[in-house]
Amino acid sequence: QDKYAQGFGLGSVNPDLASERQTASFSVERLTTVLDGGAEHTRVRRAVVEAIERDPVFSRENQYFQTQNERYEAAVRKAVHLQKKMHEMGWREDGPEFIYIYRALAGDVAFLLHRVFMRSISVLGSDEQVAKWIPLATKHQLIGSYAQTELGHGTYLQGLETTAVFDTTTQEFILNTPKISAMKWWPGDMGRSATHTVVFAQLYVHGKCYGVHPFIVQIRSLRDHSLCPGITAGDIGPKMNFEHIDNGYLMLQNVRIPRENMLNKFCEVQPDGTYVRRGSQKINYFTMTTLRVSLLSDEVILPLMKACTIAIRYSAVRRQSKLNPGEEEAKILDYQTQQEKLLPQLAAAYAFHFINNYLHKLFDRGYKEIQERNFSSLPELHASSSGFKAMLSQYCTAGVEICLRACGGHGYSLLSGLPSLYTKILASCIYEGENTILLLQTARFLIKCFAAASAGQPVPQSVTYLAAVKPGKCPAKNKLDFLNPDIYVEAYQHTAIRLLSSTAAKLQDLIQSGVKKHEAWNQCTVQLVQAAKAHCHYITVKNFVETVEKLENKAGIQKIMKHLCDLYALHGIFSNAGLFLHDGYISGAQMDMITASYLDLLGVIRKDAVPLVDAFDFTDKSLNSALGSYDGNVYQRLYEWAQKSPTNQQISPAYEKYLRPLLHNKLSKL
Amino acid sequence: MQPEVQQRKKAESFSCTIYCEALVINDPDFQHEDLNFLSRSQRYEQAIRKSSLMVMKLREYGIADPEEIYWFKRTCLGNFPEPFGLHFSMFQKTIESQATDAQKKKWLPLVRGIIGTYAQTEMGHGTHLRGLETTATYDPATQEFILNSPTVTSIKWWPGGLGKTSNHAIVLAQLYTQGQCKGLHAFIVPIRQLGTHEPLPGITVGDIGPKFGYDEMDNGYLKMDNFRIPRENMLMKYAQVEPDGTYVKPLSDKLTYGTMVFIRSLIVGDSARSLSRACTIAIRYSAVRHQSELKPGEPEPQILDYQTQQYKLFPLLATAYAFHFVGAYIKDTYRRISGDINEGDLSELPELHALTAGLKAFTSWTANAGIEECRMACGGHGYSRCSGIPDIYVTFTPSCTYEGENTVMMLQTARFLVKSYNQVAAGQRVSGMVSYLNDLSRQRIQPQHVAARTVSVRINDPVSLVEAYKARAARLVEAAAKNLQAELNHRKSKEDAWNRTSVDLVRASEVHCHYVIVKLFTAKLSEISNAAVRAVMTELCLLYTLYGISKNAGDFMQAGILTDAQITQVNQRVKELLAIIRPNAVALVDSFDFHDTHLGSVLGRYDGNVYENMFEWAKKSPLNKTEVHESFHKHLKPMQAKL
Repeated sequence: QDKYAQGFGLGSVNPDLASERQTASFSVERLTTVLDGGAEHTRVRRAVVEAIERDPVFSRENQYFQTQNERYEAAVRKAVHLQKKMHEMGWREDGPEFIYIYRALAGDVAFLLHRVFMRSISVLGSDEQVAKWIPLATKHQLIGSYAQTELGHGTYLQGLETTAVFDTTTQEFILNTPKISAMKWWPGDMGRSATHTVVFAQLYVHGKCYGVHPFIVQIRSLRDHSLCPGITAGDIGPKMNFEHIDNGYLMLQNVRIPRENMLNKFCEVQPDGTYVRRGSQKINYFTMTTLRVSLLSDEVILPLMKACTIAIRYSAVRRQSKLNPGEEEAKILDYQTQQEKLLPQLAAAYAFHFINNYLHKLFDRGYKEIQERNFSSLPELHASSSGFKAMLSQYCTAGVEICLRACGGHGYSLLSGLPSLYTKILASCIYEGENTILLLQTARFLIKCFAAASAGQPVPQSVTYLAAVKPGKCPAKNKLDFLNPDIYVEAYQHTAIRLLSSTAAKLQDLIQSGVKKHEAWNQCTVQLVQAAKAHCHYITVKNFVETVEKLENKAGIQKIMKHLCDLYALHGIFSNAGLFLHDGYISGAQMDMITASYLDLLGVIRKDAVPLVDAFDFTDKSLNSALGSYDGNVYQRLYEWAQKSPTNQQISPAYEKYLRPLLHNKLSKL
Repeated sequence: MQPEVQQRKKAESFSCTIYCEALVINDPDFQHEDLNFLSRSQRYEQAIRKSSLMVMKLREYGIADPEEIYWFKRTCLGNFPEPFGLHFSMFQKTIESQATDAQKKKWLPLVRGIIGTYAQTEMGHGTHLRGLETTATYDPATQEFILNSPTVTSIKWWPGGLGKTSNHAIVLAQLYTQGQCKGLHAFIVPIRQLGTHEPLPGITVGDIGPKFGYDEMDNGYLKMDNFRIPRENMLMKYAQVEPDGTYVKPLSDKLTYGTMVFIRSLIVGDSARSLSRACTIAIRYSAVRHQSELKPGEPEPQILDYQTQQYKLFPLLATAYAFHFVGAYIKDTYRRISGDINEGDLSELPELHALTAGLKAFTSWTANAGIEECRMACGGHGYSRCSGIPDIYVTFTPSCTYEGENTVMMLQTARFLVKSYNQVAAGQRVSGMVSYLNDLSRQRIQPQHVAARTVSVRINDPVSLVEAYKARAARLVEAAAKNLQAELNHRKSKEDAWNRTSVDLVRASEVHCHYVIVKLFTAKLSEISNAAVRAVMTELCLLYTLYGISKNAGDFMQAGILTDAQITQVNQRVKELLAIIRPNAVALVDSFDFHDTHLGSVLGRYDGNVYENMFEWAKKSPLNKTEVHESFHKHLKPMQAKL
């Protein structure tokens, strides 16, 4: 084995990767600080990552070899240790370090729903409720979960079947799971860990149903963790990923909780059973809406960035076949087909990073307004969070899978890190709202705004473009014109408006011809989904362009970002050609120009591909990939890691029990 | 039982499946335990148990035909991979096709007493076979080959059953004799001691660790250090090394590709089956799941009544049927052509090779994405392992990579298409599936504008739609060939020009394959005698074809084959077909006839009792073994006490 290490040992950078870094057209360090939002953020992030990674309790070294039980236990151990660590390091929940902790742990930690539990109490609870529960939760004297989804219902909240009936005589709510499909199913941390949970149930007072409301329910004893009377709870069994999380089920049989356990900042049941509402009912969903945005960075965009890092570094190391006779085998990154797989994903990762910044600004503003009980921005926030969550999670999931498959056979090894990234990110297409339903909610908002804009009424800022319907043709004359952002932004805008207006017209026609409104809606849903996607795609392109314009024109940053922006935009047109060609806004000849420009850009960005993923600044430990590490010593690492597999260390009983008798039986018959 | 098996020998695959299923499902030895709750080592052990049993039963029943072995295996193992897989599909088959009669005489009887695998892929090289680095150097003094893994990248990596199970392997290595490299050849190499199963001196062998699926398979690594095997262990039907080291060249190097073509043709059928399974689960579940309101005040509808859900699932259902017919076609073609090959006629091999490469890539890519779409159409529950779809996915998805990476496969098809195009341009006629290229030359003679090519496409007529796909294929193959020519005019290196056109070339192969599939599906319709079946198949065929146009509208508009008004009609017609197919949807997946045991899905159960069975299933989860998990005592309790 020693001879394999010669000149190729771990520690020195593989020359194939080193050469990629020598030709960077921009400063990697400076781009990293742009992504972090400033040098100070970069410093804090690196300090957090280093502190976490140096602590052996947080190690993920053998993660790929562990069973579900081992993963769960490790996640709990880490969550408990994290409390100590935070105290030791002086990190606070409201401090600048906090957002980087989860990233540094790569999400491999328990009690994530505990935070959602706290957040829903902070948003939906009265001042007294916040004062009572938040300190307990902060000190982890209880562990919370968030029980919304049921076996029979997910995204469609009104359909939930759990009931909470108010009993005026005892001043209690009686919670019940009336049938099997009403069982709570999927909530994280609930299968084994949680002592409390926020249960969403249909509220009944004096026989009248008031719809879904949140209730704090204790499910396990704080003394010995046994289940409380009337509670049946457990783990829902193995999933594609999230082995470390005990997603759970929960059945309630006549569980009584005090009146004060209904979260009542916005709705309250008074002692005599009078139901009082303050403010908008929609606020109940605001927790969900903000969750959708807050998960984008860590759960959706970072996995794509990691996958790009692994696949692009590996493609610079892997050599296969010859491009020119007599030369050595070419790096697979030099193949046009490989560039066409990976570089659009890289461009998208940057585009999404910037749209995420945009959404955070939008939400910070909205959150302040809601705190002041001004709910006017809720529809726009809801539509944006739904649409972008759907678009980003769908695109990034597909992108991670492309990266996985671009690594050939080795991509399928868990040691590449890619399968786990993929199986984890793909859950994001479902949780916090199924993507198709979310896009339809965005579409409903767009249809309303379109009608308002057409009637000359004011509409929210992100959709003012809907008023600007102007028929016409794309003015581009040659392929270079398509590198002009005005040209492609206009094309995206035109397509978004066309899809929305034609769907609105069809909806109108159907209704006028006598089709009932809901039936007409169902007949248009395929187009509505398409229109909602086109809207989000347009905003993403536009935001990328505006971000690039504002970037400093130093150290080559703006130039390379402009290339990525162009690539993102043209790849989108190239992949959706039919939409842009449909009404002749873009002609067939122009589509050929777009294709030519797009393919040219692949060659341009190829040169900076490795520096562009280096700028994401992932440590080797956070990538946890034998293919993607910074030094590019892929094969050596793959061989070393494989030997750690339990299959190579434990003796399998299979030979003695089955193979030997089989072989002997046969040998004797020869 | 044996005579009955003999009778079945020539039976078609469908009845063969049913027959094998009946043998296995009624056999208590093959009862399925729920693999989802087992660790990787346990799954490996179970697979070995079943594989061993299976081998015994194969002999008991006298099943020997590769096709029947394939079905029997599928059924025994419930579509999970098995460590003995390569023993039959590659080890034995390679000996049969590449060994001399003397070698066959020696090894074929032994094949029953050893477990073999096929070690081709290395850590550093996969699809590009010529790049393999393992060496076999002939030593005339001892009449032996000396096998070596000279670099870390040359370690054999991935072969199934290599890690723990096999005691022999067919190793592909660069042959060196008399100081010269003669390229890749196959050698039979013993790797473990018979009796003790310990690796032989000079052999380092082990498991490559956990993967995305394939838990029961011990994909392995193999490193050889000056490992010697007798001269007779080189498979010498075609090429030979004589005792003094003289190398005798094979007549045609194409012959060794036969095995690969066979496996790739099986993958086309696999694509159909895997997608059918996923569709069965998703469509049955969508009929059971109720959600939200379509009409105010009415009960929640089945999610299968939503247009968006139909739009996700029905085109995939149509695709599954299309791929079934393509799979059957390609298998028949392989059988026919391999008959010719055995008689020395290699003329059809290039087209067969091109067709299987492209269709393998096209169908596996599509099925792969389709399985994921089915899983997502099941919402959150699709993500649970109890849905069965995660297992279908992880078991199927590597087929995009193994037996030839898909992009490379598409480029091989493209090479054939460009070659055919050039032949036509040089005035020759081409035959087979590419014969549409002949029309291009005729069109070039007539000085008409490209747009005038517009065939008057009738969107309700499958035959007319085949013409539209044909026109699209012709246009994109021509465009790719012309772009390639333009690059060649600018550059010296052919390889460089090829690379700069490869995105276009892959696209050309895709549309060629798409055309072939539409053509085969349409042709199948007239063979169906039952009127009701033909009617529903015609609807599915139309849906498949029109959906393909709708999704690739840009190609059809840009080539002037369809106008934007026609595209609008196509989009509309697709939605009408969804509603037409809706009443037959469950019946159409029931027709795939997957037994519940075989489907392995709580969501896809034939009886539709989904929720109560999910609960029953979850109770068996390893995390539920105790009511209070040990983590509470170890971590949670101390934490709460401290604070």
